[in-house]
Amino acid sequence: MIIESILRPENALSRTTVNAGDHYIGTVKQGQTLRILDLEGNQAADTLFFSADDTAERYSAMDTVREQGAVYLTAGSKLISSEGRTMLTLTADTCGRHDTLGGACASESNTVRYDLEKRHMHSCRDNWMQAIANHPEYGLSKRDITHNINFFMNVPVTADGGLTFEDGISAPGKYVEMVAEMDVIVLISNCPQLNNPCNGYNPTPIELLIWG
Amino acid sequence: MKSEPCYTTHLPGGHHWSLRLRRGTTLTLTAQEANSNVGLLCYNPENLLERLNLPDTLKCQHTFKLTQGHCLYSDMGRIFASITHDDLGWHDSVGGNLLPQHLLAKGWQPVSYQQAHNDWTRTGFDAFLVELAKYGLGRRDMAANLNLFSRVESDDEGKLHYVSNHCQPGNSVTLRFEMDTLVLLHTCPHPLDPATDYPRRGVDIALGTAEPPTEDDPCYRSRPENARGFANNRLYHLGL
Repeated sequence: MIIESILRPENALSRTTVNAGDHYIGTVKQGQTLRILDLEGNQAADTLFFSADDTAERYSAMDTVREQGAVYLTAGSKLISSEGRTMLTLTADTCGRHDTLGGACASESNTVRYDLEKRHMHSCRDNWMQAIANHPEYGLSKRDITHNINFFMNVPVTADGGLTFEDGISAPGKYVEMVAEMDVIVLISNCPQLNNPCNGYNPTPIELLIWG
Repeated sequence: MKSEPCYTTHLPGGHHWSLRLRRGTTLTLTAQEANSNVGLLCYNPENLLERLNLPDTLKCQHTFKLTQGHCLYSDMGRIFASITHDDLGWHDSVGGNLLPQHLLAKGWQPVSYQQAHNDWTRTGFDAFLVELAKYGLGRRDMAANLNLFSRVESDDEGKLHYVSNHCQPGNSVTLRFEMDTLVLLHTCPHPLDPATDYPRRGVDIALGTAEPPTEDDPCYRSRPENARGFANNRLYHLGL
Protein backbone atom coordinates (compact mmCIF):
# COMPACT_ATOMS: atom_id res chain seq x y z
CA MET A 1 0.00 0.00 0.00
CA ILE A 2 1.51 3.31 -1.09
CA ILE A 3 1.18 6.05 1.52
CA GLU A 4 3.28 9.20 1.33
CA SER A 5 4.61 10.99 4.39
CA ILE A 6 3.84 14.54 5.41
CA LEU A 7 7.13 14.85 7.33
CA ARG A 8 9.71 17.26 5.93
CA PRO A 9 13.40 16.33 5.93
CA GLU A 10 14.42 19.84 7.06
CA ASN A 11 12.53 19.26 10.32
CA ALA A 12 14.25 15.95 11.12
CA LEU A 13 16.15 15.60 14.42
CA SER A 14 18.89 13.68 12.64
CA ARG A 15 19.92 12.68 9.13
CA THR A 16 22.53 9.96 8.63
CA THR A 17 23.83 8.56 5.36
CA VAL A 18 24.92 4.91 5.54
CA ASN A 19 27.09 3.65 2.72
CA ALA A 20 26.71 0.14 1.33
CA GLY A 21 28.58 -2.33 3.52
CA ASP A 22 28.38 0.00 6.53
CA HIS A 23 26.09 -0.33 9.53
CA TYR A 24 24.02 1.87 11.82
CA ILE A 25 23.07 1.24 15.42
CA GLY A 26 21.07 3.70 17.51
CA THR A 27 18.00 4.27 19.62
CA VAL A 28 14.60 5.44 18.42
CA LYS A 29 12.41 6.64 21.27
CA GLN A 30 8.73 5.84 21.65
CA GLY A 31 6.76 8.26 19.48
CA GLN A 32 9.68 9.13 17.22
CA THR A 33 9.51 8.36 13.50
CA LEU A 34 12.28 6.63 11.54
CA ARG A 35 12.48 6.92 7.75
CA ILE A 36 14.74 4.69 5.68
CA LEU A 37 15.39 6.30 2.31
CA ASP A 38 16.69 4.37 -0.70
CA LEU A 39 18.86 7.11 -2.22
CA GLU A 40 19.80 5.50 -5.52
CA GLY A 41 17.27 2.66 -5.79
CA ASN A 42 17.17 -1.15 -5.55
CA GLN A 43 19.10 -1.25 -2.30
CA ALA A 44 18.35 -3.59 0.62
CA ALA A 45 18.42 -2.34 4.22
CA ASP A 46 18.74 -5.40 6.48
CA THR A 47 17.18 -4.32 9.75
CA LEU A 48 16.75 -5.67 13.29
CA PHE A 49 14.96 -4.05 16.24
CA PHE A 50 15.40 -4.68 19.96
CA SER A 51 13.46 -3.38 22.93
CA ALA A 52 15.75 -0.78 24.52
CA ASP A 53 14.54 -1.80 28.01
CA ASP A 54 15.15 -5.53 27.52
CA THR A 55 17.13 -6.51 24.45
CA ALA A 56 16.09 -10.16 24.80
CA GLU A 57 12.75 -8.95 23.41
CA ARG A 58 13.26 -8.25 19.72
CA TYR A 59 11.65 -8.05 16.32
CA SER A 60 10.17 -11.39 15.30
CA ALA A 61 9.49 -12.02 11.62
CA MET A 62 7.29 -15.05 12.36
CA ASP A 63 5.14 -13.29 14.95
CA THR A 64 4.82 -10.27 12.64
CA VAL A 65 3.65 -12.13 9.54
CA ARG A 66 1.35 -14.46 11.48
CA GLU A 67 -0.36 -11.67 13.42
CA GLN A 68 -0.96 -9.57 10.29
CA GLY A 69 -1.91 -12.66 8.25
CA ALA A 70 0.35 -11.62 5.38
CA VAL A 71 3.96 -12.25 4.37
CA TYR A 72 4.91 -8.79 3.04
CA LEU A 73 5.40 -5.61 5.03
CA THR A 74 3.95 -2.28 3.94
CA ALA A 75 2.19 0.80 5.36
CA GLY A 76 -0.07 -0.33 8.22
CA SER A 77 2.11 -3.32 9.16
CA LYS A 78 2.83 -3.64 12.86
CA LEU A 79 6.30 -4.97 13.67
CA ILE A 80 5.73 -7.52 16.44
CA SER A 81 8.26 -8.59 19.07
CA SER A 82 9.25 -12.09 20.12
CA GLU A 83 6.88 -11.58 23.09
CA GLY A 84 3.95 -10.54 20.90
CA ARG A 85 4.07 -6.77 21.50
CA THR A 86 4.00 -4.05 18.84
CA MET A 87 7.43 -2.45 18.53
CA LEU A 88 6.84 -0.11 15.58
CA THR A 89 4.09 0.60 13.05
CA LEU A 90 4.79 1.34 9.38
CA THR A 91 3.12 4.68 8.71
CA ALA A 92 4.31 5.53 5.19
CA ASP A 93 5.70 3.52 2.30
CA THR A 94 6.39 4.63 -1.26
CA CYS A 95 7.90 1.28 -2.28
CA GLY A 96 4.86 -0.90 -1.53
CA ARG A 97 6.33 -4.18 -0.39
CA HIS A 98 9.20 -5.29 1.85
CA ASP A 99 10.52 -8.78 2.62
CA THR A 100 10.96 -10.37 6.02
CA LEU A 101 11.36 -14.05 5.04
CA GLY A 102 14.66 -14.07 3.15
CA GLY A 103 16.98 -13.15 6.00
CA ALA A 104 20.36 -11.50 5.66
CA CYS A 105 23.29 -12.45 3.49
CA ALA A 106 26.17 -14.04 5.37
CA SER A 107 29.62 -15.31 4.55
CA GLU A 108 28.38 -18.81 5.39
CA SER A 109 25.13 -18.69 3.42
CA ASN A 110 27.01 -17.21 0.44
CA THR A 111 29.05 -20.44 0.30
CA VAL A 112 25.81 -22.38 -0.10
CA ARG A 113 24.00 -20.00 -2.41
CA TYR A 114 26.89 -19.15 -4.73
CA ASP A 115 30.25 -20.86 -4.15
CA LEU A 116 32.40 -22.05 -1.23
CA GLU A 117 35.15 -19.76 -2.52
CA LYS A 118 32.93 -16.66 -2.02
CA ARG A 119 33.18 -17.04 1.75
CA HIS A 120 35.51 -14.06 2.08
CA MET A 121 33.12 -11.49 0.60
CA HIS A 122 31.56 -8.89 2.90
CA SER A 123 28.03 -9.62 4.11
CA CYS A 124 25.22 -8.22 6.23
CA ARG A 125 25.76 -10.66 9.08
CA ASP A 126 29.47 -9.76 9.29
CA ASN A 127 28.43 -6.12 9.15
CA TRP A 128 26.13 -6.63 12.17
CA MET A 129 28.93 -8.50 14.00
CA GLN A 130 31.16 -5.44 13.48
CA ALA A 131 28.39 -3.17 14.80
CA ILE A 132 27.82 -5.14 18.01
CA ALA A 133 31.57 -5.50 18.53
CA ASN A 134 32.05 -1.74 18.15
CA HIS A 135 29.11 -0.94 20.43
CA PRO A 136 29.24 -3.12 23.55
CA GLU A 137 27.08 -0.50 25.32
CA TYR A 138 23.99 -2.06 23.71
CA GLY A 139 24.71 -5.47 25.25
CA LEU A 140 24.11 -7.39 22.03
CA SER A 141 25.93 -10.56 20.98
CA LYS A 142 25.70 -13.12 18.21
CA ARG A 143 22.71 -14.84 19.85
CA ASP A 144 20.71 -11.64 19.33
CA ILE A 145 21.34 -11.59 15.59
CA THR A 146 18.22 -13.20 14.18
CA HIS A 147 15.59 -13.13 11.50
CA ASN A 148 15.43 -9.61 10.04
CA ILE A 149 13.51 -7.30 7.73
CA ASN A 150 14.86 -6.60 4.24
CA PHE A 151 13.46 -3.17 3.52
CA PHE A 152 13.13 -2.54 -0.24
CA MET A 153 13.68 -6.22 -1.15
CA ASN A 154 11.17 -8.14 -3.25
CA VAL A 155 10.92 -11.86 -2.41
CA PRO A 156 7.58 -13.17 -3.72
CA VAL A 157 6.06 -16.34 -2.25
CA THR A 158 4.05 -18.44 -4.69
CA ALA A 159 0.78 -20.20 -3.86
CA ASP A 160 2.43 -23.61 -4.34
CA GLY A 161 5.09 -22.83 -1.74
CA GLY A 162 7.96 -21.47 -3.83
CA LEU A 163 10.16 -18.53 -2.90
CA THR A 164 11.59 -16.35 -5.66
CA PHE A 165 14.00 -13.43 -5.70
CA GLU A 166 12.82 -10.79 -8.12
CA ASP A 167 14.38 -7.57 -9.29
CA GLY A 168 13.89 -4.82 -6.79
CA ILE A 169 10.72 -2.75 -6.99
CA SER A 170 12.36 0.16 -5.25
CA ALA A 171 13.76 3.20 -7.07
CA PRO A 172 15.77 6.33 -6.21
CA GLY A 173 14.00 8.34 -3.51
CA LYS A 174 11.62 5.57 -2.36
CA TYR A 175 11.24 5.34 1.40
CA VAL A 176 9.54 3.53 4.25
CA GLU A 177 8.63 5.24 7.51
CA MET A 178 7.72 3.83 10.90
CA VAL A 179 6.76 5.19 14.30
CA ALA A 180 8.19 3.55 17.41
CA GLU A 181 5.58 2.21 19.87
CA MET A 182 8.31 1.57 22.47
CA ASP A 183 11.93 2.66 22.87
CA VAL A 184 13.84 0.53 20.36
CA ILE A 185 17.42 -0.09 19.30
CA VAL A 186 17.67 -0.21 15.52
CA LEU A 187 20.51 -2.16 13.90
CA ILE A 188 20.86 -1.84 10.13
CA SER A 189 23.29 -3.35 7.66
CA ASN A 190 23.23 -1.55 4.34
CA CYS A 191 23.59 -4.69 2.23
CA PRO A 192 26.96 -5.21 0.48
CA GLN A 193 25.82 -8.24 -1.57
CA LEU A 194 27.53 -8.44 -4.98
CA ASN A 195 26.19 -11.82 -6.11
CA ASN A 196 22.48 -11.09 -6.34
CA PRO A 197 20.46 -8.98 -8.78
CA CYS A 198 18.40 -7.57 -5.88
CA ASN A 199 20.53 -4.44 -5.96
CA GLY A 200 21.64 -4.60 -9.58
CA TYR A 201 25.10 -5.81 -8.44
CA ASN A 202 25.69 -2.21 -7.38
CA PRO A 203 25.10 -1.58 -3.67
CA THR A 204 24.40 2.09 -2.94
CA PRO A 205 23.89 4.38 0.09
CA ILE A 206 20.75 4.80 2.17
CA GLU A 207 19.75 7.69 4.43
CA LEU A 208 18.15 7.42 7.87
CA LEU A 209 16.01 10.29 9.13
CA ILE A 210 14.50 10.55 12.60
CA TRP A 211 11.73 12.97 13.62
CA GLY A 212 10.73 13.76 17.19
CA MET B 1 16.69 -48.80 3.05
CA LYS B 2 14.84 -48.19 6.31
CA SER B 3 16.56 -49.72 9.32
CA GLU B 4 14.68 -51.10 12.30
CA PRO B 5 14.14 -48.40 14.93
CA CYS B 6 16.66 -48.35 17.79
CA TYR B 7 14.17 -46.72 20.11
CA THR B 8 10.50 -45.77 19.97
CA THR B 9 8.52 -43.55 22.26
CA HIS B 10 5.50 -41.28 22.31
CA LEU B 11 5.38 -37.56 22.98
CA PRO B 12 1.89 -36.68 24.23
CA GLY B 13 0.17 -33.54 22.95
CA GLY B 14 1.11 -30.27 24.65
CA HIS B 15 4.50 -31.55 25.83
CA HIS B 16 8.18 -31.06 25.05
CA TRP B 17 11.47 -32.93 24.83
CA SER B 18 15.06 -32.38 23.75
CA LEU B 19 17.61 -34.90 22.58
CA ARG B 20 21.02 -34.96 20.99
CA LEU B 21 21.03 -36.87 17.73
CA ARG B 22 24.33 -38.00 16.32
CA ARG B 23 25.35 -37.70 12.70
CA GLY B 24 23.91 -40.69 10.84
CA THR B 25 20.84 -41.14 13.04
CA THR B 26 17.25 -40.67 11.92
CA LEU B 27 14.24 -39.21 13.67
CA THR B 28 10.82 -40.32 12.41
CA LEU B 29 7.74 -38.56 13.72
CA THR B 30 4.31 -40.09 13.08
CA ALA B 31 1.06 -38.26 13.73
CA GLN B 32 -1.65 -40.18 15.54
CA GLU B 33 -4.36 -37.63 14.86
CA ALA B 34 -5.36 -35.08 12.24
CA ASN B 35 -4.00 -31.53 12.62
CA SER B 36 -0.99 -32.52 14.71
CA ASN B 37 1.84 -30.00 15.08
CA VAL B 38 5.44 -30.40 16.19
CA GLY B 39 7.58 -27.34 16.88
CA LEU B 40 11.25 -28.00 16.13
CA LEU B 41 14.53 -26.17 16.76
CA CYS B 42 18.13 -27.36 16.15
CA TYR B 43 21.41 -26.34 17.78
CA ASN B 44 25.00 -27.54 17.37
CA PRO B 45 25.96 -29.18 20.71
CA GLU B 46 29.64 -28.31 20.02
CA ASN B 47 28.79 -24.63 19.61
CA LEU B 48 25.33 -23.68 20.81
CA LEU B 49 25.57 -20.37 18.94
CA GLU B 50 25.14 -22.34 15.71
CA ARG B 51 21.42 -22.94 15.25
CA LEU B 52 18.61 -23.61 12.83
CA ASN B 53 18.26 -20.66 10.48
CA LEU B 54 14.97 -20.75 8.60
CA PRO B 55 15.66 -17.71 6.38
CA ASP B 56 18.88 -19.33 5.11
CA THR B 57 17.06 -22.67 4.77
CA LEU B 58 14.27 -21.14 2.69
CA LYS B 59 16.25 -18.83 0.46
CA CYS B 60 19.00 -21.28 -0.48
CA GLN B 61 16.41 -23.83 -1.59
CA HIS B 62 14.02 -21.21 -3.06
CA THR B 63 11.15 -22.59 -1.03
CA PHE B 64 8.53 -21.45 1.46
CA LYS B 65 7.42 -24.98 2.43
CA LEU B 66 9.71 -27.81 3.53
CA THR B 67 9.32 -31.41 2.41
CA GLN B 68 11.20 -34.51 1.22
CA GLY B 69 14.43 -33.55 -0.57
CA HIS B 70 14.93 -30.38 1.47
CA CYS B 71 17.64 -29.79 4.07
CA LEU B 72 17.55 -27.86 7.35
CA TYR B 73 20.42 -25.37 7.48
CA SER B 74 22.29 -23.76 10.35
CA ASP B 75 23.36 -20.13 10.25
CA MET B 76 26.89 -21.41 9.53
CA GLY B 77 26.00 -22.79 6.10
CA ARG B 78 25.86 -26.40 7.27
CA ILE B 79 23.11 -29.01 7.08
CA PHE B 80 21.75 -30.22 10.42
CA ALA B 81 19.33 -32.66 8.81
CA SER B 82 17.86 -33.77 5.50
CA ILE B 83 14.18 -34.63 5.05
CA THR B 84 14.50 -38.13 3.60
CA HIS B 85 10.86 -39.18 3.83
CA ASP B 86 7.65 -37.18 4.03
CA ASP B 87 4.00 -38.16 3.64
CA LEU B 88 2.72 -34.58 3.91
CA GLY B 89 4.41 -32.53 1.17
CA TRP B 90 4.41 -29.34 3.22
CA HIS B 91 5.73 -28.36 6.64
CA ASP B 92 5.22 -24.80 7.87
CA SER B 93 8.19 -22.43 8.02
CA VAL B 94 6.39 -19.23 8.97
CA GLY B 95 3.73 -19.74 11.67
CA GLY B 96 6.08 -19.39 14.64
CA ASN B 97 5.12 -20.37 18.11
CA LEU B 98 2.08 -20.32 20.40
CA LEU B 99 2.61 -17.47 22.93
CA PRO B 100 1.03 -17.45 26.40
CA GLN B 101 -1.35 -14.58 25.49
CA HIS B 102 -2.69 -16.59 22.52
CA LEU B 103 -4.53 -18.97 24.84
CA LEU B 104 -7.16 -16.44 25.94
CA ALA B 105 -7.12 -14.62 22.60
CA LYS B 106 -8.08 -17.88 20.88
CA GLY B 107 -10.72 -18.70 23.48
CA TRP B 108 -8.64 -21.56 24.87
CA GLN B 109 -9.15 -21.50 28.63
CA PRO B 110 -5.71 -21.67 30.28
CA VAL B 111 -5.54 -24.70 32.57
CA SER B 112 -2.87 -24.92 35.28
CA TYR B 113 -0.89 -27.94 36.36
CA GLN B 114 -2.74 -27.82 39.70
CA GLN B 115 -6.05 -28.15 37.86
CA ALA B 116 -5.22 -30.75 35.25
CA HIS B 117 -1.78 -32.17 36.06
CA ASN B 118 -0.07 -33.09 32.80
CA ASP B 119 -3.10 -32.10 30.74
CA TRP B 120 -2.37 -28.42 31.40
CA THR B 121 -2.24 -25.91 28.54
CA ARG B 122 1.46 -25.53 27.74
CA THR B 123 2.46 -23.04 25.06
CA GLY B 124 5.20 -23.64 22.51
CA PHE B 125 6.96 -20.53 23.83
CA ASP B 126 7.18 -21.89 27.38
CA ALA B 127 7.96 -25.40 26.14
CA PHE B 128 11.04 -24.16 24.27
CA LEU B 129 12.12 -21.95 27.20
CA VAL B 130 12.15 -25.01 29.48
CA GLU B 131 14.22 -27.09 27.06
CA LEU B 132 16.55 -24.18 26.20
CA ALA B 133 17.29 -23.58 29.89
CA LYS B 134 18.66 -27.13 30.21
CA TYR B 135 21.56 -26.11 27.97
CA GLY B 136 22.17 -22.67 29.46
CA LEU B 137 20.09 -20.99 26.74
CA GLY B 138 17.18 -18.58 27.02
CA ARG B 139 14.90 -16.10 25.28
CA ARG B 140 17.74 -14.64 23.21
CA ASP B 141 18.41 -18.08 21.78
CA MET B 142 14.89 -18.91 20.65
CA ALA B 143 15.26 -18.90 16.87
CA ALA B 144 12.36 -19.06 14.41
CA ASN B 145 11.01 -22.61 14.63
CA LEU B 146 9.71 -25.09 12.12
CA ASN B 147 6.14 -26.41 12.54
CA LEU B 148 6.19 -29.98 11.28
CA PHE B 149 2.85 -31.42 10.06
CA SER B 150 1.28 -27.94 9.65
CA ARG B 151 0.59 -26.06 6.43
CA VAL B 152 0.24 -22.30 6.07
CA GLU B 153 -0.12 -21.09 2.49
CA SER B 154 0.35 -17.65 0.99
CA ASP B 155 -1.78 -16.48 -1.92
CA ASP B 156 -0.44 -14.28 -4.73
CA GLU B 157 -1.10 -11.14 -2.67
CA GLY B 158 0.79 -12.59 0.30
CA LYS B 159 -2.26 -13.34 2.46
CA LEU B 160 -1.66 -16.29 4.79
CA HIS B 161 -4.07 -19.19 5.17
CA TYR B 162 -3.84 -22.11 7.64
CA VAL B 163 -4.91 -25.36 5.97
CA SER B 164 -7.01 -27.57 8.25
CA ASN B 165 -6.82 -31.36 7.91
CA HIS B 166 -3.48 -31.19 6.07
CA CYS B 167 -2.09 -33.73 8.53
CA GLN B 168 -3.94 -37.04 8.70
CA PRO B 169 -3.51 -39.91 11.18
CA GLY B 170 -0.50 -42.07 10.27
CA ASN B 171 1.35 -39.37 8.31
CA SER B 172 5.08 -39.41 9.04
CA VAL B 173 8.24 -37.43 8.32
CA THR B 174 11.86 -38.58 8.70
CA LEU B 175 14.88 -36.39 9.35
CA ARG B 176 18.35 -37.82 8.73
CA PHE B 177 21.00 -35.98 10.76
CA GLU B 178 24.06 -34.89 8.81
CA MET B 179 25.94 -33.61 11.90
CA ASP B 180 25.49 -34.00 15.65
CA THR B 181 22.44 -31.93 16.53
CA LEU B 182 20.64 -30.88 19.67
CA VAL B 183 16.95 -31.12 18.78
CA LEU B 184 14.19 -29.34 20.73
CA LEU B 185 10.65 -30.59 20.13
CA HIS B 186 7.20 -29.67 21.37
CA THR B 187 3.73 -30.92 20.54
CA CYS B 188 1.93 -27.70 21.46
CA PRO B 189 -0.72 -26.50 19.01
CA HIS B 190 0.06 -24.39 15.97
CA PRO B 191 -0.78 -20.75 16.76
CA LEU B 192 -3.20 -20.62 13.81
CA ASP B 193 -4.99 -23.87 14.74
CA PRO B 194 -8.74 -23.03 14.67
CA ALA B 195 -9.73 -25.74 17.19
CA THR B 196 -12.37 -24.55 19.66
CA ASP B 197 -10.49 -26.02 22.64
CA TYR B 198 -6.75 -26.40 23.26
CA PRO B 199 -5.93 -29.51 21.21
CA ARG B 200 -3.66 -32.25 22.62
CA ARG B 201 -2.29 -34.27 19.74
CA GLY B 202 0.77 -36.42 20.38
CA VAL B 203 3.25 -37.97 17.98
CA ASP B 204 5.08 -41.29 17.89
CA ILE B 205 8.85 -40.97 17.76
CA ALA B 206 11.24 -43.54 16.28
CA LEU B 207 15.03 -43.22 16.30
CA GLY B 208 17.09 -45.18 13.78
CA THR B 209 20.31 -45.14 11.82
CA ALA B 210 21.01 -44.38 8.16
CA GLU B 211 23.80 -45.01 5.68
CA PRO B 212 25.93 -41.91 4.99
CA PRO B 213 24.53 -40.02 1.99
CA THR B 214 26.35 -40.32 -1.33
CA GLU B 215 26.39 -37.83 -4.19
CA ASP B 216 23.39 -39.69 -5.63
CA ASP B 217 21.31 -38.91 -2.55
CA PRO B 218 18.03 -37.16 -3.45
CA CYS B 219 18.63 -34.42 -0.86
CA TYR B 220 22.16 -33.88 -2.16
CA ARG B 221 20.92 -33.66 -5.75
CA SER B 222 17.68 -31.73 -5.22
CA ARG B 223 19.45 -28.39 -5.69
CA PRO B 224 23.04 -27.34 -6.47
CA GLU B 225 22.96 -25.36 -3.21
CA ASN B 226 22.48 -28.58 -1.24
CA ALA B 227 25.59 -30.12 -2.84
CA ARG B 228 27.48 -27.09 -1.49
CA GLY B 229 25.80 -27.48 1.90
CA PHE B 230 26.99 -31.09 2.05
CA ALA B 231 30.46 -29.84 0.99
CA ASN B 232 30.43 -27.50 4.02
CA ASN B 233 29.51 -30.47 6.26
CA ARG B 234 32.37 -32.48 4.75
CA LEU B 235 34.79 -29.70 5.70
CA TYR B 236 33.26 -29.52 9.19
CA HIS B 237 33.75 -33.25 9.69
CA LEU B 238 37.38 -32.83 8.60
CA GLY B 239 37.71 -30.46 11.53
CA LEU B 240 37.40 -27.06 9.82
